[in-house]
Amino acid sequence: MFEGIPLHWFLILGTIMFFVGIYGFLTRKNLITILMSIELILNSVNINFVAFNKFLYPDHLEGMFFTVFIIAVAAAETSIAIAIIINIYRRLVDIDVDKMNKMKY
Amino acid sequence: MLIMRHELLLIVITVILLVVEIFLPNTRKRKIILPAILLMAAVTVIGFFPGTPGILFGGMYQSTQLSMLLKNILNVGVLIIFIQSVDWLKQDQNKEKISEFYLLMLSTLIGMNYMISSGNFLMFYLGLELATIPIAALAAYERFKEKSAEAGVKLIFISALSSGILLYGLSMIYGTTGTMYFADVAPLITGAPLQVLAFIFFFAGMAFKISLVPFHLWTADVYEGSPVNVASYLSVISKGAAVFIFTIILYTVFTKIAVLWSEVLYVIIILTITVGNLFAMRQQNLKRFLAFSSIAQAGFILLGIISQSQVGMTTVIYFVLVYIFSNLGAFGVVGIISNRTGKETINDYDGLYRTNPKLSLVMMLALFSLAGIPPLAGFFGKFFLFTAGAKQGYYILVLIALINTIISLYYYLLVIKAMFLNNSDQPIAYFKSDNYTRLGLILCVAGIVVIGFTSSVYELIYNLSFGLY
Repeated sequence: MFEGIPLHWFLILGTIMFFVGIYGFLTRKNLITILMSIELILNSVNINFVAFNKFLYPDHLEGMFFTVFIIAVAAAETSIAIAIIINIYRRLVDIDVDKMNKMKY
Repeated sequence: MLIMRHELLLIVITVILLVVEIFLPNTRKRKIILPAILLMAAVTVIGFFPGTPGILFGGMYQSTQLSMLLKNILNVGVLIIFIQSVDWLKQDQNKEKISEFYLLMLSTLIGMNYMISSGNFLMFYLGLELATIPIAALAAYERFKEKSAEAGVKLIFISALSSGILLYGLSMIYGTTGTMYFADVAPLITGAPLQVLAFIFFFAGMAFKISLVPFHLWTADVYEGSPVNVASYLSVISKGAAVFIFTIILYTVFTKIAVLWSEVLYVIIILTITVGNLFAMRQQNLKRFLAFSSIAQAGFILLGIISQSQVGMTTVIYFVLVYIFSNLGAFGVVGIISNRTGKETINDYDGLYRTNPKLSLVMMLALFSLAGIPPLAGFFGKFFLFTAGAKQGYYILVLIALINTIISLYYYLLVIKAMFLNNSDQPIAYFKSDNYTRLGLILCVAGIVVIGFTSSVYELIYNLSFGLY
């Protein structure tokens, strides 16, 4: 399926996704969108791991294992984040980060 | 099985507390406090028995005398936090979720233990996540306070971002070396451009966790919003564990690019100490004040790492040990006063000595130890750090650190001046603290005073440490 696609294409895709994620994390105002940006970052890491594993070290599966663990941990992280977001929605009736300004300086 | 003793014991008591929690009716949750503390004390004591070093899971988990010592240090810190938090947990607002506090805190401790013992980046990552995710839930523990929820949001998003950045670095390390084992990665680190980039990402991720300066902005907000005991846990145990594993990885994995990372650290140290100190001066809220002081202390800790020698690592561990006792003392006093009166600013502490002399004395000792006043342990910690730095020829760096010590003395003395010299029309009224708080504060004071005078502690750590050369 991926015959003929060189490794660096995957790495470029991973890099673009990573920085799109960072950009989204820094500019978005909605907490759920920020959470999606973090998922982008983690998935770019997954692409990197899988691509490296498939192209450079196909006889070991370490990169694949790492990817599986990242997915599992990301799920745990997201569930805690969503729980906290629901809690803050109950307090503020809003999930805009600009409203979370009780503590500054 | 005995090799994983620390983790297994912690898992056992976590499960015991979980089962007890299930069968306790909601009205009698307070009964879990004493068993939890006793179990934690038992684990701490058992941890000190000599154990057998060894390797498990094909090198993923490695237990050495050093890692056992580090786990014992963390255990002691957590035990003190457990004792100090009783007064706060007994408040009415927390009566239904007391056991959650213990369960979450113990699971983070298990994560830190695995992180310290890791011999593989996968194990390291899992330990790191287990250590950070539950803390976010703890920061948002006081559900009905807006500030607490805000602290939880800030902490979970920053820690998720930092682990994303760290993982991106790890993926590049995997790409250039093809393995994730520390021992196999180390000889393959050659300083190739991709590896340097990988190191920068890894460093940035860890810097978030240790709250070094360009990455420190979350610290003060999270400390102010979260409950005092959680803030003390974040500033002491969480930071200490991250510093330990950071030192171990720098000294075992990135040995060949030591020139590079010492340059990075050089700049970061100057920034961290200076910015931390300057911002601490203008704080009115004591939790924010302690947050910035802990940022500055993290800069001092890095001074030990940069010296790259056996002495350097010894001073890092010794300083963290001392820092645990001094910072927990300060946070303990802030916590009990915040629980009883709800007052948290420096001006509220005016005339505290008249009404609560014992508390102000403990606070004074803790702050003097943080500042590094001679007879106390904090002085020896800083003294050893500076000697280790000067031995490697970092004279300018040590000079800057010394100047910053003097600046830090100014703002620590501001609090002491408020307590002892300032007069107030409405000082904090006299109150009697409960026995748990007293025990916790006595343990801290004992640590501050005794560790400074027993050189055997330093020698013990020195014999277990290692350096680059």
